[in-house]
Amino acid sequence: MSETSGAGRLLTPALTMTGRCVRLSRRDVDAVVTSMMLPVMLMLVFVYFFGGAINTGTEYVNYVVPGILVLCSAFGSSGTAVRVSEDMKGGIIDRFRSLDVGGTSILAGHVVASTARNVFSTALVLSVGLVIGFRPSASAAGWLAAAGILLAFLVALSWLSAAVGLMARTPEAASGFTFFMMFLPYPSSAFVPVETMPSWLHGFADHQPVTPLIESLRGLLHDEPVGTAPWTALAWCGAILAVAVALSGVLFRVRTR
Amino acid sequence: MSTGRPTARPPHATPTAGPAIEAHGLRKTYGKVTVLDGVDLRVETGNVFSLLGPNGAGKTTTVRILATLTAADAGRARVAGHDVTADRGRVRRAISLTGQFAAVDEKQTGEENLRMMARLSGLSRAASRRRAAELLERFDLTAAGRRLALTYSGGMRRRLDLAAGLVGDPQVVFLDEPTTGLDPRSRQELWQVVRDLADRGTTVFLTTQYLDEADRLADRVAVMDAGRMVAEGTAAQLKAQVGGHRLDVVFTDRAAYARHEQRAVHRSPESLTLGLPTDGTALEVRALLDDLDPERRDVSRFSLHTTTLDDVFLSLTRTGTASRQEPTHV
Repeated sequence: MSETSGAGRLLTPALTMTGRCVRLSRRDVDAVVTSMMLPVMLMLVFVYFFGGAINTGTEYVNYVVPGILVLCSAFGSSGTAVRVSEDMKGGIIDRFRSLDVGGTSILAGHVVASTARNVFSTALVLSVGLVIGFRPSASAAGWLAAAGILLAFLVALSWLSAAVGLMARTPEAASGFTFFMMFLPYPSSAFVPVETMPSWLHGFADHQPVTPLIESLRGLLHDEPVGTAPWTALAWCGAILAVAVALSGVLFRVRTR
Repeated sequence: MSTGRPTARPPHATPTAGPAIEAHGLRKTYGKVTVLDGVDLRVETGNVFSLLGPNGAGKTTTVRILATLTAADAGRARVAGHDVTADRGRVRRAISLTGQFAAVDEKQTGEENLRMMARLSGLSRAASRRRAAELLERFDLTAAGRRLALTYSGGMRRRLDLAAGLVGDPQVVFLDEPTTGLDPRSRQELWQVVRDLADRGTTVFLTTQYLDEADRLADRVAVMDAGRMVAEGTAAQLKAQVGGHRLDVVFTDRAAYARHEQRAVHRSPESLTLGLPTDGTALEVRALLDDLDPERRDVSRFSLHTTTLDDVFLSLTRTGTASRQEPTHV
């Protein structure tokens, strides 16, 4: 039997797990459609129902689409918790372990697939935004920077979500995280400016991870000054990723003891 | 013996002489529940070994410890010549485990599942494709190879699961209740798979609740109850241990039945029938009947049966149930 050698031996498990997760995602049309439908519906609701009453100093659609993109990423990548939890519940995790596949490879597969899935759904949500009047004025560099930040957020949140999936006792419990992540953009500048919220909320809304992310996207896509927001956003992503990787390593060992 | 012994064998050599599986004093508790209470076992290379026991006896925990998926609290075990804790990676490369829950992805085809497992066990892309085709053929799944596992019947799924466990050509195969929930035909097919494995020289460690399964397949059988091994031997030895034959005696009334209930290996209170172990000779049967009923009025009928593993099992694992039954008949 011919065996792969060298670096391939280290990478093959992670790549194989990624292939698996991507294949499974592609066949899980329901989940992919849901993760796109919800942000699209919210976008339509905010733009057409509430938008007229919200004064942001700009066309509301231009204000809200960056927020919707973040909500879409947050909602979509938190679905990884459910997938990881389902794996942990079934017998397949034992099979992988008995093939000596490490927890990192297994989770990395989920994270890469989740990122790919969400790049796809975020792009679709963006195109719906363009159809209903979103008019970004970003330079090529601005687009690239925005995409990079969103990608960092997707990777970090997918990995955090994988850790939550390891923590949850059941896939149903893991799906609770999806809700949490879906609501996190509300107390931020996603839909309305933070200044319009009660003052006790400012502290949270100004300093939660989603706000600098939305501020950066909005600024970059409309070619406006962004200040330090992108760096704050990236720092958040880095911190979330570091915590998630460490936490999931520990949790994987605990869960599979 | 607790010092780490260096192995004389080179790491990947097939240990031909030594036992394939060897465990001493395995203990495991979950919270306050003792699941394994000092388990010893030994399985020779190339044998089919069956671990029998009621639900909750500790069979699955034993398998998981031997397959390196769970760590024992105490005791040690070697599988395929390697220590399950110190040399976990080598054990994993030498074994496969097929558990009670199917370990295949429903939303991948049979072929994709097998190729994935082959890649994970270190085969190249091309070799994985060949190995998958080979296993599909061997498990009679070639026609279904390109269908999602979702569409498979229970028996097909179990075969795929088993095939997935064999991609790496393991020396030792653990099967945890492989036929639970299968229809009779699928069970027969699975038995054939186990026999084929044994013919190829693979060591098979099989847990089951079905005695006929152990009787048909296993070279040696161990009976486990409440976290302990209560008997071990060939099916014939175990049957001989409880007498080789069973004398079923029908009593005339409940009082007579109750007087002799303690010594029985088989009880049927509704029909006032007790089964007693015997060697089946006329001499002993006559003596037994005289002993049970010296006045010749308590026993109305009797019949003689060859002992089945069921009798062995019930006589060995009856402690719990017997003590619960006692008060009702005092």
